[in-house]
Amino acid sequence: MISFEHVTFRYTEQGPSVLRDLNLEIPAGELALLLGATGSGKTTFLRAINGLVPHFTGGHFTGSVSINGRSTQVNQPRELADLVGFVAQDPASGFVTDLVEDELAYSMECLGIDPPVMRRRVEEILDLLSLTELRNRPLHTLSGGQQQRVAIGSVLTAQPKVLVLDEPTSALDPGAAEEVLAALHRLVHDLGITVVLAEHRLERVMQYCDSILLLENGSIRSGSPSELMQTSSIAPPVIHLGRLAGWDPLPISIRDARRAAPPLRALLANHSPRIQAVPTHSPRIVEIKNVHCSYGKKTVLRGVDLELDAGEITALMGRNGAGKSTLLRTLVGLKDQSKGTIHVNGVDPHTLAAKDLLRHVGFVPQEPQDLFESLSVADECKSSDADAGCPPGTTRALLALMAPDVQDGTHPRDLSEGQQMLLALCLIVAARPPLLLLDEPTRGLDYPTKKKLGEVLRGLANAGHSVLMATHDVELVAELATRVVIMGDGEIVANGPTQSVITDSPMFAPQVSKVLAPDRWITVEQIAHALNQELA
Amino acid sequence: MTSRWLHPGAWWLWSLCLAAAASQTTNPLLLALLICAAVIVVAARKPDAPWGKSFEFFLFLGAMIITIRVLFQIVFGAGFGTTILFELPGVSFPTWMSGLRLGGSVTLEALLGAFYDGLRIATIAIVIGAANSLASPTRLLKAVPTALYELGVSIVVALTFVPQLTTDAVRIREMRRLRGRNSKGLKGFVSLGLPVLAGALDRSIILAESMDSRGYGRHQKETTVGRRVSITLVLASLSLALIGVYSLLTAGTSALVAILIVSIGLILGGITVWRAGRTRIRTVYRPDRWALPEWLVSIAGVTVLAIFLGVRVWADQTLVLTPALDTWPALPLWGLLAFGIACTPAITTPPPPAFDSETNEPISVEART
Repeated sequence: MISFEHVTFRYTEQGPSVLRDLNLEIPAGELALLLGATGSGKTTFLRAINGLVPHFTGGHFTGSVSINGRSTQVNQPRELADLVGFVAQDPASGFVTDLVEDELAYSMECLGIDPPVMRRRVEEILDLLSLTELRNRPLHTLSGGQQQRVAIGSVLTAQPKVLVLDEPTSALDPGAAEEVLAALHRLVHDLGITVVLAEHRLERVMQYCDSILLLENGSIRSGSPSELMQTSSIAPPVIHLGRLAGWDPLPISIRDARRAAPPLRALLANHSPRIQAVPTHSPRIVEIKNVHCSYGKKTVLRGVDLELDAGEITALMGRNGAGKSTLLRTLVGLKDQSKGTIHVNGVDPHTLAAKDLLRHVGFVPQEPQDLFESLSVADECKSSDADAGCPPGTTRALLALMAPDVQDGTHPRDLSEGQQMLLALCLIVAARPPLLLLDEPTRGLDYPTKKKLGEVLRGLANAGHSVLMATHDVELVAELATRVVIMGDGEIVANGPTQSVITDSPMFAPQVSKVLAPDRWITVEQIAHALNQELA
Repeated sequence: MTSRWLHPGAWWLWSLCLAAAASQTTNPLLLALLICAAVIVVAARKPDAPWGKSFEFFLFLGAMIITIRVLFQIVFGAGFGTTILFELPGVSFPTWMSGLRLGGSVTLEALLGAFYDGLRIATIAIVIGAANSLASPTRLLKAVPTALYELGVSIVVALTFVPQLTTDAVRIREMRRLRGRNSKGLKGFVSLGLPVLAGALDRSIILAESMDSRGYGRHQKETTVGRRVSITLVLASLSLALIGVYSLLTAGTSALVAILIVSIGLILGGITVWRAGRTRIRTVYRPDRWALPEWLVSIAGVTVLAIFLGVRVWADQTLVLTPALDTWPALPLWGLLAFGIACTPAITTPPPPAFDSETNEPISVEART
């Protein structure tokens, strides 16, 4: 269905090749998962499938890509619209119309399909993706998962043979991600569509895919999941667990792993998971009582009580729209509470002047590039030193520690997503705020960068910062957080040590806990530690 | 009345008529009434949607226009009138540059004249802003004839830009605060420019890619020559129509000539639409209805314009004012009548669909046919 022949691509004449002499065949009806580190060229590869690369990006392209016999060299992306459906990373910014129904019909309008046929196909897609309830809704009122399903539906109405998705679940909570993946699974099974998707959250998608394309240094290795996962450095926790336990064949899904697990359970029976030490008697950083908050008529927080101490890493979890971001915004004084009291480091943050704010609380937003304003990393660091009132060079030294490979002259927006996150973190941390807030810090980050970020955050916590991060990433929470707070509908639903909160909830349980439930293991590291003791 | 989306064409016609009416007068009272009408209708029928939020920006833009116009008058304007407020150090230019003047005495009459003129431009901006927030630009696109579709897309992208820029600016201002910056004042405002524009540029590229990969602009069964002919026709008809309308609206051109130019433009436009219908393949999914409320809104707009044009023909003194200090600008009876008519859409139209703020579920949406 999709074939790449000797494809080489670079963005500039002298620049490095992003894709290097690729030869690849993806058969019809397959769900292929594209893996690769951040900045390895996954998006470039996906965009080459419908011709956005090179028709839209420019650059040096040799070789040929053909889809169902039609070459992207002669056909512009628009000429392939009836063959390839392309869903970009952020569905909302690709929406052309205002209402769900109109968005679904847009491709068909462009293809000139007869109105009666359009009516019928829109109804079919509404059913297929469970969007019937939402048909008249303006697109901006939809949740992230709903928007993603509309984006998928809007390319499906053209009845393409190939569907290409760039990180379809990275912004979604676990529940919404399940919805989207289930819809994709149905498409592959019922309609025989060929799907190629890139995703960093392997733990979510691995079980659904038929084959894996591993993109490294511009070339691709492809194969079945169990075969490639034997050696891949990019792997979800269940694979690491399988490798550690020496399971053969390597289980890909939780279900397979559970069936292989009894011997491991027996080995672990006499051990209990090593839990991260939580500091005791450390100073209280945050104290909020009975906080209510609303946007217009909509109440977002209803009586939230929360206390955070120095040295803690607290994960804030919950559905999209549960009030996580609002809680973070009230803590940094961007949103006033309508009722209740907030004390951060002893003061109410929204009474603080801008220049004092950073000495009490720092906030790293979901889109780190919003914080950037200079033309180079060096300038950005200089202005940060001035903002934070610390000696010149502090921020740059911090950055060198966290991300040694960042160059001074690079434009902040040209950094990879992981590097942008670390730079943003440095700009905020330079002032040493006692409370550090992060909103979805691992969105779009690969496993190595996530690990790096985890180390940095743990270092900050040990140095006495209190870290609060809103996240959907259950694996990160399992590895990093000392405490988990779960929000639902503007209230705190659960608040307790990581180990007990996440193993109690099937939605927020990490893979290891799903495999070994009801035993309370949550990370591969814990098991490795226990097994080492067993051997010694 | 059951809530539904009004045909965007009706809102735009109403607002363009009001804008044309505003261009006919410098009477500050008439202009203020037109702004009031826009504010009343927007307050009554503004949808709870992103494009509905842009009106405040246009009010702000109006204020900026007036300020800049008055400042220019102070610095560059030729002084007339006798009530001198203050003297600026003047620069005298050689005689061959006699049109130009810097500084000098600033008179109250000149300032008042500049204010009236600025108010007129501001009114035009505000009533157009009203249409921008009442009607979704993308729904307007559905009603655009295929021939003008490409042109329409660029206008719509430009129109959606404004509300996007305001939300971006708010967000990035917040981010400034997070970094310990005070973003109030002129300096803070200027420093927003770069990140806001960078974000806007990124988004336009994403949108363009998305449209292209979904088939926008594909399959034109036209040859290169045919396409060039089409583009020439579109440009020619639009420029003729614009020149015609301009000469209709400004004094000094014979009305007959103006009407002739407009008609040639319209005929050329007709040919373009007919040619495009033959060669393009675009279809429209559930086009918007044009029912009674749409008629009422358009009639209201056209009537207001007709009143202003009629008054101009009969040369009413209240329309164009020479700023005078001794008399308060007159408010003619017909001005109040036009104001009343301009406000009618606030009641004659169905309200836009509302969404429950708690659940985001539609409160009542009439099934579209």
